[in-house]
Amino acid sequence: MDFEELIINMGPQHPSTHGVLFLQLKLDGEVVVDCQPHIGYLHRSIEKIAENRTLVQFVPFTDRLDYIASMNNNVGFCLAAEKLLGISAPPRAQYLRVIVAELNRVASHLLAIGTFAQDLGAYATPLFYALRDREKVVQIFDQLCGQRLTYDYVRVGGVSGDLPPGVDQLIRDFIAYERRMLAEYHDLLTGNVIFCARSRNIGVLSKEAAVNYGVTGTNLRASGVAWDVRKDEPYLVYDKFDFKVITGQKGDSWDRYDVRMREIEESLKIIEQALGGLPEGDPVAKVNKVFRLTGETYMRTENPRGELGFYLVGDGGPLPYRLKIRAPSFSNLSVLPYLVRGLNISDTVCVLGSLDIVMGEIDR
Amino acid sequence: MEQTPGWVTLGKDALKPVVAFLKDGPGAFISLHCLTGVDRKEAVEVVYHLYSFEHRVMLTIKVILPNADLTIDSITPLWAAADWLEREVYDLLGVRFAGHPDLRRILNPDTWTDHPLRKDFKMAGVVPKPVK
Repeated sequence: MDFEELIINMGPQHPSTHGVLFLQLKLDGEVVVDCQPHIGYLHRSIEKIAENRTLVQFVPFTDRLDYIASMNNNVGFCLAAEKLLGISAPPRAQYLRVIVAELNRVASHLLAIGTFAQDLGAYATPLFYALRDREKVVQIFDQLCGQRLTYDYVRVGGVSGDLPPGVDQLIRDFIAYERRMLAEYHDLLTGNVIFCARSRNIGVLSKEAAVNYGVTGTNLRASGVAWDVRKDEPYLVYDKFDFKVITGQKGDSWDRYDVRMREIEESLKIIEQALGGLPEGDPVAKVNKVFRLTGETYMRTENPRGELGFYLVGDGGPLPYRLKIRAPSFSNLSVLPYLVRGLNISDTVCVLGSLDIVMGEIDR
Repeated sequence: MEQTPGWVTLGKDALKPVVAFLKDGPGAFISLHCLTGVDRKEAVEVVYHLYSFEHRVMLTIKVILPNADLTIDSITPLWAAADWLEREVYDLLGVRFAGHPDLRRILNPDTWTDHPLRKDFKMAGVVPKPVK
């Protein structure tokens, strides 16, 4: 077939690319023939910075990886550090970590759903609902550690402070509130004819392709692989809680949305159980500020976007010899060209929104 | 559960056939979880983390490449996930993956000439001293 190819530059400044992502789209009319993502616009060489900071100094940098889910990054890095050092946090700290990680997962999934709906043309309403609910989580974190976005709450060996008085009631209120609001989201989006027409059967990712591309997290589960690090290789105290691993059937964009919606309910269940079983004791870290790092370790945790891995190598000194951050969004984005070939431009935006990427951890 | 009980060191010629067997053989290490490199000054270690959902085992494989010859076979034909990960290792550490379909820099600009995660890379500006 003879046609004139058109190359369109989408990004790096574009409202639908979720950050500074540059997509080069080769088009035949409206249909994407090829897609070439260019990344690195947000590269701050965090892995090199890690080689010049002690473990304690590096924790705030993990906030800047996946800036939508900073708590989860804190947890992942501190667990990797503790695994290398052979120490563990007090039980109360472990419960508090679960609570903040799950609260942040709820906030992150809400934002993913809101921006996804906006990408599909549901201008403003779902996004503003999501921002309204996320604000409540952000305010809880503000009370907890004095920060709204970059928390540095989880520390090597514990957390930075105990729950202030009244915050556990705020969290309980949020759980009850969010359960009511989820019904609203379902009314607004889940059964919405236009929303379903725009997202069903768009960007179908098979099980095999998902595993082959290293896709993890909600995107992998939406393709039907029942795999969740929290369940299958439990860290912290996740093995004490009762929650389901949510999976989708087809692996299309709608499934990815649906898995996130249902995971919010599971996260709320975990927070409720963790608050109920919160043990007494001092959660604040009482460990050295400087450690001798020897050997190497690999630790992965379940982030809202997938499996976040830290490969930490020591050489006997106080600084890490090498820190590799296995960012979930990096692998999740690499599948985009495979998914969008043959789709329209508008569907490309739909697929990209459903993959829920954050450039901060892709470019590091 | 212990995720990395240790590692296996392979010669660079053995890597590709061994991981191909691990992927398709009874081990069913179907997931390339992570691929990275460590600069050891005289050599660069390329580190592969393979995961088997069936047996729930993470396997760490290392290949040590002397600085004189930083080339290794690409495993992109086996795992699509290796494509971007190998480009990243090339960009940051300068390891060349033979047979990679599109070995370009990924995080740094194409005009960049250095490999920033090498230990001899000169950091511009002042690096604060760690706390004593």
